Amino acid sequence: MKLHIDIEKTLGGFSLQLTTDLSGERVGIFGDSGSGKTTLIHLLSGLLRPDRGEILLDGECLFSSKRGVDLSPEQRRIAIVFQQAMLFPHLSARSNLLYGYRRCSDADRAITPESLIELFQLRPLLQRRVRHLSGGEKQRIALARAVLSNPRLLLMDEPLSALDDTLRFQIIPYLKSVSEEFRIPYLFISHSMTEMRLMAEQVIVVKGGQLVEETTPEGLARSRMALSQGGYLNLLRLADPVADRGLVAWRWGRNTLLISPDRLEERALFELSSRDIILFRKHPEAISARNLLECTVKEMFDADGRVGVVLSVNGEQLVAEIVRSAADELGVAAGSTLFAAIKASAFRQLG
Amino acid sequence: MELTPEDITAIVLSLKVAFAATALSLPLGFAAAWLIVFRTFRGKVLLEVLVNLPLTLPPVVIGYLLLLLLGKNGWLGQLLASAGIHLIFTWKAAVIASAVVGFPLLVRSIRLGMESIDPLLVKASRTLGASWLDSLLSVILPLSMKGIIAGSSLMFARSLGEFGATIILAGNIPGVTQTIPLAIYDYASSPSSTAMALSLCFVSIVISVAVLFLHELLSRKIDRSNGL
Repeated sequence: MKLHIDIEKTLGGFSLQLTTDLSGERVGIFGDSGSGKTTLIHLLSGLLRPDRGEILLDGECLFSSKRGVDLSPEQRRIAIVFQQAMLFPHLSARSNLLYGYRRCSDADRAITPESLIELFQLRPLLQRRVRHLSGGEKQRIALARAVLSNPRLLLMDEPLSALDDTLRFQIIPYLKSVSEEFRIPYLFISHSMTEMRLMAEQVIVVKGGQLVEETTPEGLARSRMALSQGGYLNLLRLADPVADRGLVAWRWGRNTLLISPDRLEERALFELSSRDIILFRKHPEAISARNLLECTVKEMFDADGRVGVVLSVNGEQLVAEIVRSAADELGVAAGSTLFAAIKASAFRQLG
Repeated sequence: MELTPEDITAIVLSLKVAFAATALSLPLGFAAAWLIVFRTFRGKVLLEVLVNLPLTLPPVVIGYLLLLLLGKNGWLGQLLASAGIHLIFTWKAAVIASAVVGFPLLVRSIRLGMESIDPLLVKASRTLGASWLDSLLSVILPLSMKGIIAGSSLMFARSLGEFGATIILAGNIPGVTQTIPLAIYDYASSPSSTAMALSLCFVSIVISVAVLFLHELLSRKIDRSNGL
C-alpha cells in the first residue's frame, strides 16, 4: 500500500495540516485524543472533504482540489472499524456481516463470507440479534463486516478502546489477520503504546493536527520511556505455565520466569515495566525478588535524562530503565554482563 | 346514537381526507426532515422556519393565504385552472388544508426519529459501499420508522380535526366538503341537534382512540424489529 497524503482542513477552531507518504501494510497513527486522528480517518475515507490538497492511494487519485477530484466514500473502498462496533441495530448479525459484501462488485469479491465465518468463528453468532451480542462479539462482527466489503485499505479507529483488557487482547489476533490472511493493508489508530507495538510495523505520530514524527513502534516506545507512566513496557510472550510454590513458572524462550498467579492459559502475553527491573553488577547472593536473570547488555539509549539498557537474556530481549548516575556507577557498557532482578508481582498479564 | 346518511358521508370524507393528506405529506415530510437532520446547506434555518410556520399560525390564516394562492385570482390557482384543475371548494382543497396544517407535526416526529440515529451508523454504511440513496433506504429509513409512524398518526389525527383552514379553502358543503368537525359545527348552531352532534363527537373519539392504539401497536413492533 502506498498512500500519499497532502491535505489541509479547518474545522471550527481546529486545523489539520498533514503531508506524508506512507508505504507498508501495517501503519500506526499514534496521538492523544484531540490530535486529529479521527479527522484524518474521515478525510481519507471521504466522509469529510479537505479544504485543499490531494490524497492518492496506490497511485489512484481519491481527492485533489487542483484537479477537482473528490471520490465518494463508496467509490474509495476504504472501510472503517470504529471505536464502537456500529452494527446496524435493525439487522441481524448475519445481515450486518453481509452488508458490505452485498454492495461489492463481483470482480472485487476476493474474500468470501464462508472463509471469514470460519476464521473469525462467527457461525454461532449469525442468527442472533445485535442486542444479544457481547461487546467483543459485536466488534468481531464489525471487523468481519469491514473485511467482507473487500476494501483496498482498512482504517481501524481505536477499535479496542471500548473493550476491557482481556477482550482487547483476544481481538488483536483477528485484527492482525486482516493483513496476514487477507492481505488488506491497514492504518491502525490508537493512543495506546502497547496496542501500537502489537499492531503496527511503522508509526506516524500526530499532534495538534500536524505530523510530528515518523518512526517504528519500538523507536516510539523507547523515545517515550521517561515520559510515560509505566516507562518502557516490555511485552513478553510466555508459555507452558506450571504451578510452583504459590507462584507460576512460565517459559520465556529458554528462560523461566516466576510470576504471581493470574489466568492460566497455554500461552499468554505479559507486560513488564522497564522501571520494575533492578540491575546488579555482581550476583546478589540472596534477594527477595523471585527472578534473577543473568544478561548481557546489547545496547543503551538515552531518553530525556534516563538511560534505557537493552538486555539480552538467553536470546530474549528486555529493556530496563535506570538514571544516568546509576549507569555511571554500574559502569554499564555494551557487552557487559549484568544481573536483572524482577519481582514476581511486577508482571501484568494482558491476554 | 343515530347517524344520518349525511353524517356517514361526513365520516367517510373525513377519513378519506385524513388518509390522503397524510399520504401526500409523508414523502415530503421525510425529505424535509432528512434535509434538516443530515444535510448542511445555506438557508437551512429558512426551511426550518417555513416548515414550522403552520404550527404557530392560526389555521384560519393558513386557509385564507391558501385561498389567495389557489383561488381564481391566485397565481397558482390560475396556473392550475389553465391546466383544467380546480381545487377550491372540492374535497381536494380539504386535503391540501389538512396537509399544510399537519405538516409541521409530521416533520417534527420524523426529525426526532432521525436525530436519534447515530450519525456514525450512516457513515459506516457509506464506507461499506452504500451510496447516499442506498444508505438513506437501508439505514436511515428503517431506523426512523418509529418517528414516521408517530408523525403519521399525529398528522392523521390532526387532519381529522382540521376545521379553520378547511372551512375557508373547501367550504362547508354537505356531501362534498363537509367533514366531521364541520358537520358538528352545523349541528351545534341549532339547539335541537344536540343528540346528532354528540353522536358525531362519539365517532370522533372512537376514531382517535383507534389511531392511538394502532400507533402504540406499530411502534412496539418496530422496537422489537429494531432490536430494542
